[in-house]
Amino acid sequence: MSEVLIVPTMAEMLAQGKQPEVLFWVGCAGSFDDRSKKITKAFVQILNRANVSFAVLGTEESCTGDPAKRAGNEFLFQMQAMMNIEVLNAYEIKKIVTACPHCFNTLKNEYPELGGKYEVLHHTEFLKSLLDNGRLTIEGGQFKGKRITFHDPCYLGRANKVYEAPRDLIQKLDAELVEMKRSRANGLCCGAGGAQMFKDAEPGNKEINIERTEDALETKPDIIAAGCPFCNTMMTDGIKNKEKEGEVKVLDIAELIANAQDL
Amino acid sequence: MGYLDNILFTILLVIGFGYFYLNVKKIIRNINLGAAVNRKDNPKARWKNMAMIALGQSKMVRRPIAGVLHIIVYVGFVIINIELLEIIIDGLFGTHRIFAFLGTAYNVLIGSFEILAFLVLFAVTAFLIRRNIIKLNRFIHSDLKGWPKSDANYILYFEITLMTLFLLMNATDLHLQNIPGGYSHFIKAGSFPISQFIEPLFNGYSNGLVMLLSELFWWLHIIGIFVFMNYLYFSKHLHILLAFPNTYFANLNPQGQFDNLESVTNEVKLMMDPNADPYATPAPDENAVPAKFGASDIQDLNWVQLLNAYTCTECGRCTSSCPANQTGKKLSPRKIMMDTRDRMEEVGKNIDVNKGIFVPDNKSLLNDYITPEELWACTSCNACVEECPVNISPLSIIMDMRRYLVMEQSAAPTPINAMMSNIENNGAPWQYSQQDRLNWKNEI
Repeated sequence: MSEVLIVPTMAEMLAQGKQPEVLFWVGCAGSFDDRSKKITKAFVQILNRANVSFAVLGTEESCTGDPAKRAGNEFLFQMQAMMNIEVLNAYEIKKIVTACPHCFNTLKNEYPELGGKYEVLHHTEFLKSLLDNGRLTIEGGQFKGKRITFHDPCYLGRANKVYEAPRDLIQKLDAELVEMKRSRANGLCCGAGGAQMFKDAEPGNKEINIERTEDALETKPDIIAAGCPFCNTMMTDGIKNKEKEGEVKVLDIAELIANAQDL
Repeated sequence: MGYLDNILFTILLVIGFGYFYLNVKKIIRNINLGAAVNRKDNPKARWKNMAMIALGQSKMVRRPIAGVLHIIVYVGFVIINIELLEIIIDGLFGTHRIFAFLGTAYNVLIGSFEILAFLVLFAVTAFLIRRNIIKLNRFIHSDLKGWPKSDANYILYFEITLMTLFLLMNATDLHLQNIPGGYSHFIKAGSFPISQFIEPLFNGYSNGLVMLLSELFWWLHIIGIFVFMNYLYFSKHLHILLAFPNTYFANLNPQGQFDNLESVTNEVKLMMDPNADPYATPAPDENAVPAKFGASDIQDLNWVQLLNAYTCTECGRCTSSCPANQTGKKLSPRKIMMDTRDRMEEVGKNIDVNKGIFVPDNKSLLNDYITPEELWACTSCNACVEECPVNISPLSIIMDMRRYLVMEQSAAPTPINAMMSNIENNGAPWQYSQQDRLNWKNEI
């Protein structure tokens, strides 16, 4: 990655008396997890290239509270939510984009009742709108003709019925989009949701991510596309378990677009 | 028919509907054991859901074979019940085929009832084969051991019996209609596309015997219907009625949106208010029992969740699509619903025995029916909610019970506790400092 990323914070923007078009909510995985940070950077590259005026909260961002809420800790969730809402409202945020479907769902659906009303977009929806408005062009580049299968994140798909934006973007890469036997509303969870990411699975006869990786491998893909940092981790682990890391890559949609253009 | 018949029939009718009414009252009482929840907003969307999902069966056909077979039985059930009106009038007033004056329309009606009855027989046979010979996974699952498995088969046998009696009743009627010069009160009425092939069976029997059989079949058919109607309350088959209110009152929000507990909101607001006086005495109206966070028993669930439990017909689509269940975990969303209903029935019986008051029985939905192991296996992926043909949400019950485990009992698995204390201390589920959130910007 040669070019320097331009990542203004809201505090910097405010100091300059500017209001960005959109707040990029990075999320915990995108901030701290080594694999997910690459997704964050790829998305920022695209935003920079498309001259999108955006900012991040930086050190003022905190967990949305999603894993606490799904684990049953409503107190902790609402504490986090109200603290975040105070920050967001202080900056008069109107529009938020995030690359994490869990942050997306929580901000979009669970914050309004607590006083945080914003237009919230998943990064695939945002990229799609850039594309539709002619602010972004997507070329197939190295992915032309590649077999790509998309794993629907539960909190993007079933939870919020966003199925087409990520697929539209993949098709713009001139790639061959291949569907798993279970996709869209019937998609199988990667196994990370509901705070499962942070604990061991209950006793059973198989790990969920292995079951889902098998679904993906059945499509004989070159690439498994993901739209969620946690799904990405689960699918990457699944591919390692199947010793396929030489043949099959797990990439976020943002990475596909950024890499295709060789950003 | 003499007056004795009419009196017998009236008694049958009163007992049939009377007992049914008592059980419906019990169902409503038990559902009202649940907590309040507002599901009366947006009636337009609610009517639409009911029309599409319950009446229109739109979610059934997502699995096409079961879906189409089910639509046959469903349409058969609804249409053939029009005939019930005639049977009841005939029974009460001693008439015979009272609607025969409709002429061609009557012929079309009876003809279509017959064809539907035949299709229902076909579909129900297919269901029996799927359950007992092909043994589809979701029908031989461990949740269904014992009574639920027999219950499912009894319902199918019942339907076969009722349809067969209906066709036999028509066949004997046709036989008597065809007697040259007419016979007794058996006027020419109706068309019999199916039972005309059964009718020859009665050739060679005396007319009197066929008439006796005809009346026997008529009586067995109507008695069967009353028995079946009253069997509903004891079986998983209540969905034929409750699917309608259940889809009407179902959650309209995005599936990913979990409710924000209001009791918690109040406390959190107080905590975060710099002007709040920590020593202030609570507002005076407090005879109220302090709210319990989450659910450990059915009274903590809301009434829609309890309605869900009565509506569930144990088809198992939820369980067969559950990622946890598919990978051998103990969690089965269907079992969550069955347990909720079983516990609700137990509480209901307790109230009946104790003259209207629930006497604590040292049991609860949590632990005695649903174990924490099941609850913690859920990924909250919404596959069960998406699959349910009548919009039941096992997930909402799982989440409410997790809330109880975490907020009332502090009984989360250790790694979950670690995750939560990380969020509390440094605003992320992992142990990274909030001050390092933007470090990625400068990392190569």
